[in-house]
Amino acid sequence: MNTLPNPESRAQPVIQIQKMNKWFGQFHVLKEIDLEVVTGERIVICGPSGSGKSTLIRCINRLEEHQEGQIVVDGVELTNDLKHIEHVRREVGMVFQHFNLFPHLTVLENCTLAPIWVRKQPKAEAEATAMKYLERVKIPEQAEKYPGQLSGGQQQRVAIARSLCMQPRIMLFDEPTSALDPEMIKEVLDVMIELADTGMTMLVVTHEMGFARTVANRVIFMDDGQIIEQNKPEEFFNNPQSDRTKLFLSQILQH
Amino acid sequence: MKNQNTVFFVRKEFAPSRPAPASTVGVLGWIRNNLFSTPFNSLLTVVVGGLGAWSIWGALDWLIFNAVWVGGNEACKANPNGACWTFIGTRFDQFVYGFYEKPERWRVDLVILVLFVGVFWTGWEKAPARRWAGGFMLILFPWIAWGMLYGGIFGLPIVETSQWGGFILTLVVSLIGIIVSLPLGILLALGRRSNMPIINSTCVFFIEFWRGVPLITILFMAAYVLPLFFPTGMNFDQLLRALIGFAFFAAAYMAEVVRGGLQSLDKGQYEAADSLGLSYWKSMRLIILPQALKAVIPGIVNTFIGLFKDTTLVLIIGLLDLLGMVHAAIADPNWSIRSVPTTGYAFVAITFFTFCYGMSRYSRFIEDKLNTGHQR
Ligand SMILES: Nc1ncnc2c1ncn2[C@@H]1O[C@H](COP(=O)(O)OP(=O)(O)OP(=O)(O)O)[C@@H](O)[C@H]1O
Ligand SMILES: [Mg+2]
Repeated sequence: MNTLPNPESRAQPVIQIQKMNKWFGQFHVLKEIDLEVVTGERIVICGPSGSGKSTLIRCINRLEEHQEGQIVVDGVELTNDLKHIEHVRREVGMVFQHFNLFPHLTVLENCTLAPIWVRKQPKAEAEATAMKYLERVKIPEQAEKYPGQLSGGQQQRVAIARSLCMQPRIMLFDEPTSALDPEMIKEVLDVMIELADTGMTMLVVTHEMGFARTVANRVIFMDDGQIIEQNKPEEFFNNPQSDRTKLFLSQILQH
Repeated sequence: MKNQNTVFFVRKEFAPSRPAPASTVGVLGWIRNNLFSTPFNSLLTVVVGGLGAWSIWGALDWLIFNAVWVGGNEACKANPNGACWTFIGTRFDQFVYGFYEKPERWRVDLVILVLFVGVFWTGWEKAPARRWAGGFMLILFPWIAWGMLYGGIFGLPIVETSQWGGFILTLVVSLIGIIVSLPLGILLALGRRSNMPIINSTCVFFIEFWRGVPLITILFMAAYVLPLFFPTGMNFDQLLRALIGFAFFAAAYMAEVVRGGLQSLDKGQYEAADSLGLSYWKSMRLIILPQALKAVIPGIVNTFIGLFKDTTLVLIIGLLDLLGMVHAAIADPNWSIRSVPTTGYAFVAITFFTFCYGMSRYSRFIEDKLNTGHQR
């Protein structure tokens, strides 16, 4: 499972980031980022707080704008062109730390909204798809409830289903389990593991190192707005090269 | 039971839930806790309760028991210590229709009837075709109502707006204000949050201008200053000018209320909508505005109620709304009786209160209905 993709598929990366730089005002938050992701790859991004992990994956669907360099997603370069941005956002799903479900809509409506209004699917078809994904995340019985009536773990699984309903080619996860109580983390990780098994391309910012070991093909360590080290998980954990990586791992793995 | 303060402790018997002590629940408990908890509180309760009962009794006595319900002005002269409702009865038509010509008053009746049916239809959850009724009321009804009242369509004779007055004028001014100010206020609020400098500064200027000028000044300008800028001979309807002033004034306030709602939303809602690929207008319409407007329903209704009551200010530019009509009627020498002015103003107050309270209850009802069990 933990193999780097073969050379041919490497020729067609689904995400290409080249010499990308981003500033918040005067603050240089991302520096000289180079990253290629091929279809089916599962990447875990880790690093200390404030290192720019969230900002990096948010640049991939243009929730944040970069100032220098190039980001190409699914063959489309991210510029100010709204058409390009809309194309990329249709193909890239995102799951947030705080779920961000729409509280005024039922679970089912949360899931069908974008397919109906963005993909222009008929309502019945969108609902059938939504039920399929709600079953996959194991909460079809909650379809008629409102998000406020669900537990955190259930809400996060709905959020995953909502993204999947757009049938994206890439899924981004920004600390999907950090806001959850310990007993709910597993139910969300299980869903993500199953998703990985279907071959979905995934970029996951997480501190769940167990998940990184079993699911990732590649672990990226970021610090101070830069990619410091990346490797296959077993190499990354057993044989870190950079001092910063060693320090980080010793801090998060000591208990 | 074993002492829980030792290090080792395992609970064997589980404590059952018991009802709360009787002295803290129920009607008696409530009365004791809230009204008679200390001797001083008991004294306050007795004094305030007594004062309240006394003034309520006095009001009811004046308004109902001792009031003049039948007869003419003579009956009122004979009884100065009660309300003179016969005065309201005699002038009622004028209070409702102003100087609207008698044979054409059915048009006003029809408009008011459609208005009330429409509002209830739209508000009643199980009504069929509710959306269509709502759309009709918001988009088509204002035009049809204006056509019906003013005339000139369907072969109806024209009734000049200078003849409109009384309650119908109050209704026209407040409804146009409400119908224009909400959508315009929403657009202004969105514009004020826009990143585009021209849109943003235009909206800020509009809002600050209309909000910064007293309503009376706006009405004076509309009535007396604006015509100076028109070429002679061109007569732009007085009422229409006042209406535009009103609507813009209310829209500026509405914009700030809506902006409060937009700001109360979590940034994550915008991001989630964006990440799903919704365009700006779709995410506003489907995600942001439903939540933002719901959060500020009390503020919106507050603005509506304020607008409704401010319509009485058209009095100062010579338009006679309900208050103006009553005000004019009490000057009638035949009715120069002590109880008449008080009765007239009490009638205005009760009418306004009924409508404002109705709006307030309606907003509570909508809020409860839209509650989906999430708290922020
Ligand atoms: N909108 C913003 N404006 C200004 N600075 C920002 C903004 N968003 C993030 N930052 C700063 O950019 C840096 C990187 O933030 P980012 O959220 O990407 O970190 P992170 O690696 O995801 O950290 P965490 O583990 O805490 O989520 C931080 O120092 C943060 O304060
Ligand atoms: Mg983060």
